[in-house]
Amino acid sequence: MTEPVVKTDGHPENPQESPIKDEGLEAGVANLSGDRIEKVIHQILKDETAARFKAYIETCVHCGLCSNACHFYLSNDKNPAFSPAGKVKQTIWEMMKRKGRVAPDSIRRMSEIAHTECNLCKRCSMYCPFGIDIAYMMLVVRRICHKLEVTPLYIQDTVNSHSATMNQMWVKEDEWVDTLQWQEEDAREEIPDIRIPLEKEGAEIMYSVIAPEPKFQAELIYQAAILMKTAGVDWTMPATPGWDNSDMAMYTGDNEIMGRLKRKHFETAMRLRVKKIVMGECGHAFRSVYDMGNRWLGWRMPPVRIVHAIEFYYDLLKAGKIKIKKKYQEPVTLHDPCNVSRGGGLHEKARYVVNAICENFTEMHPNREHNYCCAAGGGVINCGPPYKLNRMRGNRVKADQIADTKAKIVIAPCHNCHSGLEDISRHYKLDVEIKFLINILYEVMEKPSQE
Amino acid sequence: MLPIGGCQMNQTKNWDWNTAEKIVSLKEWGDEANWVEDFQISGDGEQVAAIVNIGPEEFSVRTGNGQWDTSFDKIWNLRFLLDGRLAAFVSIDGEWTVAVDDNPWENRFEYVWNLVSSQDGAHIAAAFQADRKYGMVQDDAPWEQTYYNISEMAMSPDGSHTAASVQTVSLNEGEIGKFAAGVFTAALNGKAWNRNFTNVWKVAFHPSRESIAAEIRLGRSDYTIAVDGIPWNRNYNAVWEPCYDPATGAVTAPVRIGSAWYLAENGDILWDRGFVQLWHHLFSPDSRKIAAVVATDFGKWTIAVDGKPWRVNFDELVMDPVFSPDSQKLAAIVKNRGQWSIAVDGKVWDSHFDMTWKPVFSPDSQFAAVAVESEGGYTFALNGRIWNDRYQAVRDPVFSPSGDKMLLRYIHDGRYFRKVISTGDFPS
Repeated sequence: MTEPVVKTDGHPENPQESPIKDEGLEAGVANLSGDRIEKVIHQILKDETAARFKAYIETCVHCGLCSNACHFYLSNDKNPAFSPAGKVKQTIWEMMKRKGRVAPDSIRRMSEIAHTECNLCKRCSMYCPFGIDIAYMMLVVRRICHKLEVTPLYIQDTVNSHSATMNQMWVKEDEWVDTLQWQEEDAREEIPDIRIPLEKEGAEIMYSVIAPEPKFQAELIYQAAILMKTAGVDWTMPATPGWDNSDMAMYTGDNEIMGRLKRKHFETAMRLRVKKIVMGECGHAFRSVYDMGNRWLGWRMPPVRIVHAIEFYYDLLKAGKIKIKKKYQEPVTLHDPCNVSRGGGLHEKARYVVNAICENFTEMHPNREHNYCCAAGGGVINCGPPYKLNRMRGNRVKADQIADTKAKIVIAPCHNCHSGLEDISRHYKLDVEIKFLINILYEVMEKPSQE
Repeated sequence: MLPIGGCQMNQTKNWDWNTAEKIVSLKEWGDEANWVEDFQISGDGEQVAAIVNIGPEEFSVRTGNGQWDTSFDKIWNLRFLLDGRLAAFVSIDGEWTVAVDDNPWENRFEYVWNLVSSQDGAHIAAAFQADRKYGMVQDDAPWEQTYYNISEMAMSPDGSHTAASVQTVSLNEGEIGKFAAGVFTAALNGKAWNRNFTNVWKVAFHPSRESIAAEIRLGRSDYTIAVDGIPWNRNYNAVWEPCYDPATGAVTAPVRIGSAWYLAENGDILWDRGFVQLWHHLFSPDSRKIAAVVATDFGKWTIAVDGKPWRVNFDELVMDPVFSPDSQKLAAIVKNRGQWSIAVDGKVWDSHFDMTWKPVFSPDSQFAAVAVESEGGYTFALNGRIWNDRYQAVRDPVFSPSGDKMLLRYIHDGRYFRKVISTGDFPS
């Protein structure tokens, strides 16, 4: 596959000098002093990193085996600057080697590397002979950049939305409830007595989504409501903040806002006395509620059981609560979102669901926990248009993977993957359509009105 | 949303504690409507109500006394107030307002939500949006000043004041500098504090004075508490919700220093022991004790009273702590290894449940009762003893003023039951 874009456009030939303009980085760097940088680096490394970080630093033998795991490295002609070890070398090792005495411009570049050239996908950890979690190292860099207020503008704006509204897209409280009622009304055209039950205390399930759904993908809430009704699920959605399970603060190192969001989310579920939270098709949100946010708050595991949509659909199909009218006929392939496959082990259940609803499924290679990242995750797509071209160039391998399947449809059970793969498809002219599982499930399942 | 569970003793003394059982059949409600949704039961158990659909985009409210005369395009958030009135958000020709006992308020809005109530239920308020500006409407009187956004709505305990976090300055996408400089503040009765902050959360009222406190963020990493717009003189890594000491008027809040949480009062550390987590702190009725949910270590949750944790801890969660009326006991919901139960002063009931609601103490502080889910149905528990029968839905139990009787409210087999029992009726 050849890349249809001029090679030099927007690409950092010298990784130390980025041509990309980003107001968030520029304004942050303008306020930095050497003393402040040194103080923050020391504070984070001393107070917030422990044996894990030290073990990683001292264990790495610089073998470079992580390189071939990284889609950025592979897609950028094996430029070592894009290898996982190379990214660590340019950032946290540099900070440590210089004992925190790092120039403001270097902090800018380090922020750019950590936020936009690493998806925190953890594929490299699987190739590291010692299992070093390089994503964690990049998160430490992002944490330092957060404390120095050198964070890309678009993702910082998203975090600001999180802090002010408890959702990532500035959805106001009235807009949220109004959208649910609008979707309920629309769904009644299809199933007259259908409900999107609000604030139903004691329901079995709280269904949670990420803010793009009420903002511009409301049909996903509609389709979920039809699925719940069809399967006879006892469910509810909150009418208050706490409905959004997403968390870009996790990806900017703003752990305090991450914790605040997760507390709101879990306490909303606890207030409603639900047994479990079923979350829509999102990967990073799963990581935030299942791994990072809950633990920052002091919980070993989520205080309310978390069920990702993949597992939920699997359970419904396995139990016969959803029946398939006729399988989907178009040739499909499946993208494994890193956070729910490598991070959550749901790849086999995803295949069960795909095989149950699709007639013509072709694997991409590599797959399951070895699949390549979409290059959108880890907050990279949320860093916005300035980095889009680099993001496209950083994932030629994904384009090749998809093209090789000859599929017309790519199923991506994750919002960031979905958006990222749409970009990949357009950029590399793949002519594939990206779908969520629920899109196909809704289309092929038997519904009450059709029985 | 509206607190429905708790009842004050002076509210319960005039209730019917003598009739053993009252039953309302609900079966015909469904027969006479297209569908019935959101059953609600009044605090005294005398009334039951639900939203009914009676035609295309035509909804009303059904009670034991019949159907409201008025129908609406849409109804949601039907709730009994603590004084027995019935309130809901209703849509009339596409405009929204609050209806109380079949009487819609005169003011109409593009949207209303988040009903809040005074302790006695006599006063209510809600957030509203009109012409893309936001405020609160209290007993049908909207704030004169409106804002670009609103959240964290609250009402004073006596219902005389309302407050919220408000956005006073417009903000476009990507204006992160403007955001950091501060576009949010708190507003009391619609009047904003004279200073903005990066964020304002969790507005808390003084129990008797016209004073509010809130969590604030100053820039990206500095957090503190502001009281009537004036920040404490020290910043922290993070803070949680403030609370007024009812006796002294001092403001207390959990604050994070380094990686540990402490309880602070007026900006000074009150509990010198730090915790992995500390939240949901509350004062005893006599104001002499403070309790909080804490994590003493990662994944080890318990209650601390005056800074001293219970000796027992729980691996999943501890929630909804409540002091007894005599301030001598404290009960909380605990979950350990997947099992829900109640702990009183660190002693866990022998019985375990699939789910529990907030415990309720008897007026003499001798009993703690709770609504629970157990063995495939809903029922009640008293000091660890479980009621024999299971129901399809229950509400929190209520003690009589003398403490020797309990009101049980439940729905089962198409009927609503109001049952008064003796506490001695619980199986031993």
